[in-house]
Amino acid sequence: MTKPLLEIAGLTKDYGTGQRALDSVSFAIESPQLVGVIGSSGAGKSTLIRCINRLVEPTSGSVRLMGTDIPPLSRAGLRRMRRQIGMIFQEYNLVERLTVMQNVLTGRLGYVSFWTSLRYRYGEEEIRHAYALLDRVGLSGFENRRADALSGGQRQRVGIARALMQRPKLLLLDEPTASLDPNTSRQIMQLARGVITEEKMPALINIHDVALAQAFCDRIIGMRNGRLVFDGDPADLTRDKLADIYGGYDDNPAPIAQEEPA
Amino acid sequence: MSQRPATYPSRYRRYTAREKTVQWLWTVACALAVVWAMRAIDVEWAFLADAHLQALDMAERLWPPRWSYASQIWQPLVETIHIATLGTMAAVVLSIPVAFIAASNTAGYRVVWFIGRTILILSRSINTVIWGLLFVAIFGPGPIAGICAVTARSTGFIAKLVAEAIEEVDYGQIEAVESTGASKLQVLASAIWPQVQPVLIGTSIYRWDINVREASVLGFVGAGGIGLQLNASINEFAWNQVLLILCAILVLVIVSEFVSARVRAKVS
Amino acid sequence: MSELSPTTSPRWRPPTIFGSHQLRTIFLVAVALYLVWSLSTLQFDSQRVLRGFVRAGDIFARMFPPDFSRSKILINGMVESIQIAIVSTVLGIIIAVPIGICAARNLAPRPVYLAARGLIVLGRTFHELIIAIFFVKMFGFGPLAGVLTLSYGSFSFVAKMLAEDIENMKMGPVEALRATGAGFLQVVWFAVMPQVLVRQIGILIYRLDSNLRHSTIIGVVGAGGIGQTLSAAFSKYDYDFACAILICIAALVALGEFSSDHIRRRLR
Repeated sequence: MTKPLLEIAGLTKDYGTGQRALDSVSFAIESPQLVGVIGSSGAGKSTLIRCINRLVEPTSGSVRLMGTDIPPLSRAGLRRMRRQIGMIFQEYNLVERLTVMQNVLTGRLGYVSFWTSLRYRYGEEEIRHAYALLDRVGLSGFENRRADALSGGQRQRVGIARALMQRPKLLLLDEPTASLDPNTSRQIMQLARGVITEEKMPALINIHDVALAQAFCDRIIGMRNGRLVFDGDPADLTRDKLADIYGGYDDNPAPIAQEEPA
Repeated sequence: MSQRPATYPSRYRRYTAREKTVQWLWTVACALAVVWAMRAIDVEWAFLADAHLQALDMAERLWPPRWSYASQIWQPLVETIHIATLGTMAAVVLSIPVAFIAASNTAGYRVVWFIGRTILILSRSINTVIWGLLFVAIFGPGPIAGICAVTARSTGFIAKLVAEAIEEVDYGQIEAVESTGASKLQVLASAIWPQVQPVLIGTSIYRWDINVREASVLGFVGAGGIGLQLNASINEFAWNQVLLILCAILVLVIVSEFVSARVRAKVS
Repeated sequence: MSELSPTTSPRWRPPTIFGSHQLRTIFLVAVALYLVWSLSTLQFDSQRVLRGFVRAGDIFARMFPPDFSRSKILINGMVESIQIAIVSTVLGIIIAVPIGICAARNLAPRPVYLAARGLIVLGRTFHELIIAIFFVKMFGFGPLAGVLTLSYGSFSFVAKMLAEDIENMKMGPVEALRATGAGFLQVVWFAVMPQVLVRQIGILIYRLDSNLRHSTIIGVVGAGGIGQTLSAAFSKYDYDFACAILICIAALVALGEFSSDHIRRRLR
């Protein structure tokens, strides 16, 4: 029996105000796949993603990546774990005054000491890898452009390259297309999808656009009020199921592709 | 990995060799300047070894403040406020004409503008305390010298900022007034002045706040205010008195900052 | 510039910045009363003032032509001032970086934050002359006291600015770098520093210029630099020498300010 790649059990986040941001969420990712998390705002999607690499500290529960439980780790252990988890943000979160290449290279920070990173001595292999990644995300030749000189879509590509630079075992994407126009959103999702399939890595994506989620994800998790209310195939997302997740028919954010029986 | 077995560069250079050289030159130049400065100062750095002990010793001597001395510092404190306030008021009055002749669009002749700029530089390059030295030589020790010193320094400060505001006025408004056939003076009064007035008021209050701090030390050169008492107490090693005066100055500064912030908020 | 229709009341007055005209009148009356009160409390002796004007004429006559013959002392004093300014700026910055990081609410734990902020406030409240006197009393006359004084002032200012910049910066990149497994120092260097560095260099230049100004006066209380020479010249009635010194100080400060403005504008 193979160990699940990512196993979440009883994950809870309580802010002490009575409302639980996450209420005993449990699921597992057994094989490399793109899992989309959907739900209305406040449902706990972002909290779920951030509790995995402890950008938000979970109150209780376990998060096992390749068998290692993350919440109880020490600072050094957490650092080692985080460098294996790549994260892509809604606001791209690049360091604006640095160049594209410098931003991509920050993906290796978790693997080197402070002094090594200061002098940018990452080794030839890593530098080659960085250039290859830039080529992969379609930004060849951009390495010396300052990050604040890029468009939103380009910045997100750099974000993807940075995450991949970590050679991660898991990819987390927190609303990566929310700040992009529909066209660019599709392109970024296609890029992410392609990368995940090639690298055969599990990925968890927090997404509010249901149509995009259905088009690109292998599996959908629906959240409502901190609870997991749906876990299955995108094709199984009927109108009723969506109403469950979003709490009402009026909240459906986008018309579903398969309303009529096939 | 990537489908294409392409060859990628194995080094990343953020800066070209030339840029790096320039950066190094600047760094070396600054480092040399610093080293020169430190060596030439000829200081006994060994003195600093027990600096923390000295500081503790000083702290012990300061405490507690000598409250009984309080009655003697009221009058100098009030005098300090007067020096700051009267000096700032005089500076406001003087700064208006200076600002107009120092602004390139209202100066008229180039010579006049040059004179205006020189007044600004003179006034602003010489510290209030140094003006104090000069005016004590002229008027003898006392608050008059202090007031003149504050005025001398503040005029340039206020006038410079007002001149900048004059140079940045919205020309649309000026043209509108000019097109009605108004004389130069009328244009000044009705188009330029209203735009400049808030800057003048804001700057004056800001300077008044700074002047309160300056006035508290003018006494060190004999130009009146609480500085005289402070200097005397320090020279007599009456440290408890010193602490009291420092507390008084602290309160004064806090109050003036508060007042200044409130009024400026209301004006803008 | 509002239009009046013939049916409105004939008396129209321009709006005033005071909100209402009554407030303005009250203000002007208050100012007048204040003038009367303060001038009487200060024991304004008009005789003395008049005599002062006469003496002023005499002094100005004796100031010109300025005496540059004692150039050696003059240059020594100026150079010492410049050196004090440079060393103080460097020392101040070195201390300011760690304390500034500690004083940022979004990076430091609360007790550390409060302690750092407290240290900063102390340095900004009191005029540098007061701090100078303390250091003179603790470490003796000479440039060491001057360096310590200006270092403390510089550190307070720079640390406060740095803390504010850090508090205002975007936390996004910090979060992203933490998520890659970077350590604290790496996060600071790669996410925080690039965001605050450019403004900090501008602040460094500004502070250097500021210290140049201040270094010219701390000598008045014996903390080294040209201030000491100037003070001595005034007390010996060497007005022509004093004038030479004043000119040099004004030139140095003006030059410093000009360069500082220039560099900071180019940095943008």
